[in-house]
Amino acid sequence: MTALPERTEKKLGLVIDLDTCVGCHACVTACKGWNDQGYGVPLSDQNPYGADPSGTFLNRVHSYSVQPVDAAAQIINFPRSCLHCEDAPCVTVCPTGASYKRAEDGIVLVNEDACIGCGLCAWACPYGARELDQDAGVMKKCTLCVDRIYNEALPEEDREPACVRTCPTGARHFGDFADPQSKVSRLTAEREGFALMPEMGTKPVNRYLPPRKKDRPEEASLLAPLLDIKATGLAGWLDRVLGKI
Amino acid sequence: MHPAPSVIVFTVLSGLGFGFLALLGIFGAQGMAAFFLWGIGYGLAVAGLVASTFHLGNPQRALLAFTQWRTSWLSREAWAAVITLLLFAPQALSDWLGLGWGRGFGIAGAGMAGVTVFCTSMIYAQIRAVPRWHHWTVPCVFLAYALSGAMVMGAMRPFAAWALVLLGVALALHWHFGARAFARAGATMESATGLGRIGAVSVFEQPHTGGNYLLREMIFVVGRKHAERVRMIAMVCSVMLPALALMFLPGVAAVIVAVTLHLLGALAQRWLFFAEAEHVVGLYYGAR
Repeated sequence: MTALPERTEKKLGLVIDLDTCVGCHACVTACKGWNDQGYGVPLSDQNPYGADPSGTFLNRVHSYSVQPVDAAAQIINFPRSCLHCEDAPCVTVCPTGASYKRAEDGIVLVNEDACIGCGLCAWACPYGARELDQDAGVMKKCTLCVDRIYNEALPEEDREPACVRTCPTGARHFGDFADPQSKVSRLTAEREGFALMPEMGTKPVNRYLPPRKKDRPEEASLLAPLLDIKATGLAGWLDRVLGKI
Repeated sequence: MHPAPSVIVFTVLSGLGFGFLALLGIFGAQGMAAFFLWGIGYGLAVAGLVASTFHLGNPQRALLAFTQWRTSWLSREAWAAVITLLLFAPQALSDWLGLGWGRGFGIAGAGMAGVTVFCTSMIYAQIRAVPRWHHWTVPCVFLAYALSGAMVMGAMRPFAAWALVLLGVALALHWHFGARAFARAGATMESATGLGRIGAVSVFEQPHTGGNYLLREMIFVVGRKHAERVRMIAMVCSVMLPALALMFLPGVAAVIVAVTLHLLGALAQRWLFFAEAEHVVGLYYGAR
């Protein structure tokens, strides 16, 4: 059913730390690698070695330049994937019931056997979290690696989404937002984690941690004594004369 | 948004078809004329519905689209369309063979035809992520097109002119509010990234060097370049010229000219409806 559950027992999701993300795209690669052989059809590429390559990804890392009013610009790497919204518009628009939100853990999934590939859910998502696979004609999206997190065949440390497991800087965290004591809930509270585009009314579960305040360079330059150069001789005379004209 | 031909043909033809069927349902026709007129109505509506399946990734499962009418406007549209077509069937038969079954089915069908066109428009109007579409003027435009198109086809001269005026007003309002919709929705690069608390956000580097589904489907910039001109074409062709043709040309020629021009205008309007609609996901790419 494409009706959203009244409430979900757990609220599984990600915390993404924009302070520590270095933009290495390891999460993108790990995601594509795992989801090529896990849940549903593989993530196809079109013309991958040609002039105009294109492909399906569940996670993409943007880089932004942010210009504060009174300081130097900052480069911020910004991974973007499904936010597993509580009020997910992608679920209710689905005509076939392929798109659904699980009542037990809040993961938003696509039942590919029922997906007709109309693309309406991708239109309904403000975050660009869904991509229609061009080979299979079905909608692909982040599953929070549903085939890893409950998989008892995997060692315990691997039972988290591939992107989280692989992140070399620990910028990605996985957990239950319904539990106030969970790592993700505490991180969000401590670091003032925020939701994306709250004005769209989707109530995203995932949270982003803002970059920490940067150190400011000292007001006066250490080179100050050396910068005030006094010309002497002919150059000094020229400097004085030209300054008077 | 990418203006897919199948979706443009779907919304234009099925809108016109259901409008014309509604007209026939209320006013009726007799004998062989009824056979042809009902045939045209059914042909347009069904052609539109069939076209809508062309852009599906897996059309063989299209019947599943009837299951989620509780929440999905697309599913509701599927039901409304089928119910409407079934309701009209006995009326068409009665008109053609002169069975004299009254106009009950026709009038009920006309009501359902209106519901169907409304459902079609809500498929788009429900989408908050496309602010230009998320507005009451969208159902108004779709319904006005169905009504005026039907009246032009039926050559109902005084009413057709009024319906065309109504369409003109609906279009003007839709464009007026549409131009301000994105700003009113309040989504910016700063809110999309949440980085507005630090400063002004601009794109430093795109996530991929190649294109992708999102860029092809949601970020279609070509349309906006000629938006003013296409708007002009839509207004002149679908509103003004058909009204003039019906007023000044005689007989069947007037209807043929008026309907052709009206259809052309409707196609232009629908192309622009998609092409100039901006999806908020464009903000992540610094584009709209």
